[in-house]
Amino acid sequence: MMWHPVASSADLIYRTTYHAQILGRELVAWRADDDAVNLWENRCLHRGSRLTLGVNDGAELMCRYHGWRYANRTASCTYIPAHPADAPARSVCNRTYPVAERYGLVWGSVELEAHGAAGPPAVDLLEAGSAAPLRAIAVNAPPPVVADALAGYRFQPSAAVTEGTGAGDDWRSYRSPEAGWDVSVVERDDLRITLRAADSDDETHLVLWVQPVDAHRSVIRGLLDAPPPAPARLAVLRHHNHRLSRLRDRVEEQAALESMPEPIQVEIVPVSVELAGMPELGAGRRAPLRVRVARKWAAATDVAGFELAPVDSPLPGFQAGAHIDVHLPNGLVRQYSLTNGPGESGCYRIGVKLEPESTGGSECLHETVREGDVLAISVPRNNFTLSRASERTVLLAGGIGITPLLSMAQTLRQSDLDFEMHVFVRDRHFLPFGELVASFGDAAVEHRSLSPLETASEIRRILGGHTHSAQLYVCGPAPMIEATTAIADELGWPEESVHFEYFANPTEIDDSTAFDVALARTGLTLRVEPAQTVLQVLRAHDIDIPSSCEQGACGTCLASVLEGEILHQDVYLNRSERAAGDRMLTCVSRATSDRLVLDL
Amino acid sequence: MAPAASPCTDPVVLNMWHPIAATAEIRPGRVHTTQLLGEAVSYTLDRDGQPVVWRADPALRHGMGVDAARIGERLPVIDRFCFVWTSYGDPPDRLFSIPEFDDTDRRTFAAASIGVHTSAPRAVENFLDMGHFPYVHTGILGVEPHTEVVEYDVEITDDNEVLATRCLFYQPIAALAATEGQITEYTYRVPHPFVAMLYKTAPPDPSRMDAIAIFLQSVTEEQIVAHNFICMVDYTNTDSELKIFQQKIFGQDKPIIENQVPRRLPLAPRAETPIRADKSSIMYRRWLSDLGITYGVIPEAA
Repeated sequence: MMWHPVASSADLIYRTTYHAQILGRELVAWRADDDAVNLWENRCLHRGSRLTLGVNDGAELMCRYHGWRYANRTASCTYIPAHPADAPARSVCNRTYPVAERYGLVWGSVELEAHGAAGPPAVDLLEAGSAAPLRAIAVNAPPPVVADALAGYRFQPSAAVTEGTGAGDDWRSYRSPEAGWDVSVVERDDLRITLRAADSDDETHLVLWVQPVDAHRSVIRGLLDAPPPAPARLAVLRHHNHRLSRLRDRVEEQAALESMPEPIQVEIVPVSVELAGMPELGAGRRAPLRVRVARKWAAATDVAGFELAPVDSPLPGFQAGAHIDVHLPNGLVRQYSLTNGPGESGCYRIGVKLEPESTGGSECLHETVREGDVLAISVPRNNFTLSRASERTVLLAGGIGITPLLSMAQTLRQSDLDFEMHVFVRDRHFLPFGELVASFGDAAVEHRSLSPLETASEIRRILGGHTHSAQLYVCGPAPMIEATTAIADELGWPEESVHFEYFANPTEIDDSTAFDVALARTGLTLRVEPAQTVLQVLRAHDIDIPSSCEQGACGTCLASVLEGEILHQDVYLNRSERAAGDRMLTCVSRATSDRLVLDL
Repeated sequence: MAPAASPCTDPVVLNMWHPIAATAEIRPGRVHTTQLLGEAVSYTLDRDGQPVVWRADPALRHGMGVDAARIGERLPVIDRFCFVWTSYGDPPDRLFSIPEFDDTDRRTFAAASIGVHTSAPRAVENFLDMGHFPYVHTGILGVEPHTEVVEYDVEITDDNEVLATRCLFYQPIAALAATEGQITEYTYRVPHPFVAMLYKTAPPDPSRMDAIAIFLQSVTEEQIVAHNFICMVDYTNTDSELKIFQQKIFGQDKPIIENQVPRRLPLAPRAETPIRADKSSIMYRRWLSDLGITYGVIPEAA
């Protein structure tokens, strides 16, 4: 495979783009803040705009035409501003080309199979690592013609150069204009020429490449071995710049007399069939609100705080414990609890933990979404409601599970209701929204670095100290919620005083059964086949019921059951609610009988 | 790159009307020469102020005096909507209609003729596009975070025009006469393959619509002159102010559309990646395919 130099490393200036070209193919080269160099097709996949016009923000390259953003390294499109609501869950990815930096030059190949292969070939001469790149010289002539001319290039050993050496002679002459210049071709390999200049005392090697820009255009790039230090270096670089410019003039003059080859026709690779079709309107979960990320900050180790401000109309009200669905630029939908206190209606605030096992939700919010972006969100829903009619409230949080409880604590404080908050965290750096927690003073207690057993015993101690007229709210990882509800039960807490909210449903869902669902009010009977959910079947028949997490954790898609046996597979209903058999979550729960009658 | 100035052989395009000059800018009795579809054409105004157009003759160079009555072989000509239109073939009897043109209280004139290194269909498509407002016309026709393009309707009308309606976009300064940001409603029309029009609420009289159009002269397949035409309800600004506003907007578009690759509009569905905001472009591309246009486009491989 062929590697060609396309730029000097110094050309890839901080947060700029650089137009490169190999064999007629236009490329955009840019350096990200992590020092990764990107070499991509110089075309936005959307409307063919040159990405060299774009904005390099250090992590992504944004197209200037419609603001599409492409990620460092992968070139996958991360954000389409025209559709914040229903970003197509499909992969829009620009074409990347093999790229490497070596000897102070940026090398690329338009042969895709070079991806992952060894980098540009080593030049033994340059391995010592002190080479200096020459200023690139663009030449309007075919690459082989330029390479032939370079084989006759003459210069002086660096040590013999002073300001003006070889600059005063006839401009047409770049070949041996002065007596006693001894220059030989050490090696010639297609578009690479190694030359050696020597006099009685010194010798200098120069390696030259012709970058084949197109059939009729070239760029001369050179690396000078063992360049002298400044200020002598400047005179040497001028020596070459001057003489190579002359060579360029001479070559162009000759090339103009001959017929120039036609430019190379490069094929523009078609996008995939899925991308070519226009995506359908998003169905199902609704995201009627548009919010702008007004602020994004580190709320703790691995936790990003987001302040979401309205774009058009004011944001709807919410209650303590409410959550919103956030529709992400990558097409995923995730639920986050509002941490807002009562009356904080100008914006919504959420906290997002970067999950190591992220399937793209938290990662997208951490890596891709930034201040100024527009996101589509649902209206707030509350399935984790706070009772204000109790003498005392206990709030129990595991890590990021603190978010709904923060909203509750502020509400209770505002109403002068008694509460205590316990937060279990790995260490103090992992306490989300620490300032807000600190504002609760003695009411908030932090428990750090406890093992699961120690955590359980601490919870037992906390719950044991209360009369049963208190209300308990717990949110955290599934094992913590399970332990807490078990302990509360043991200690005699009434089930209706214990409220919990899972992040996710750890249950393995059985969807192998088939059954009928009769809708009492609609007068329809629908068949739910294996691998379908009740919710999907209802939607397919235009029966609209709200949903959010669609995995049996949030409780949004609850429906009343009039008849039939329910296979509960959610983590939203408590034991007695399940036993009552009069409600089900339509996103995961099914029937154990042949037929369910729903009050729909 | 296509050969720069090969004469047009597309029969559909040869038989269309093409704009070549703003009537008000023609000096009567002088030869003006321009390029249309890769060939030179000359024009002037006769003694009655009527335009006369002919295939350029080396003996009658640009700037020379000429007696129009002595021009023998003439090309078809129409003087309509402030511009002179001609054709190399057998054009339809009438040009498309712009009913607002006949409103006597409107400000109607040629706002600018600007050379652009792209194809006519690329310029039409840009004119139909709202998604670029916050990025290309920042602070005027759009601004972040108001970037969303909401669902709109697009159809081919009974008159065989592309029509997009219910197009809504938030604009900080929708027009020179606007005083504050507003959600602006647009209607877009493509009444001719190389003409795009928009209608938007006129700020001084919300019951009426301003009409703005670009009439595209194809110098070659990849080189155009965009003739800007405005027909507005505005009781306060001078002609010059309205022209400068229009030129400023178009000046922002020019470098963007000159940097689209390829310059000719690809009609194959897999050439580019449409999103729902591009419904009107998708419709326009299909319509060009159906009309059998091959000039200024890369036709879908048969």
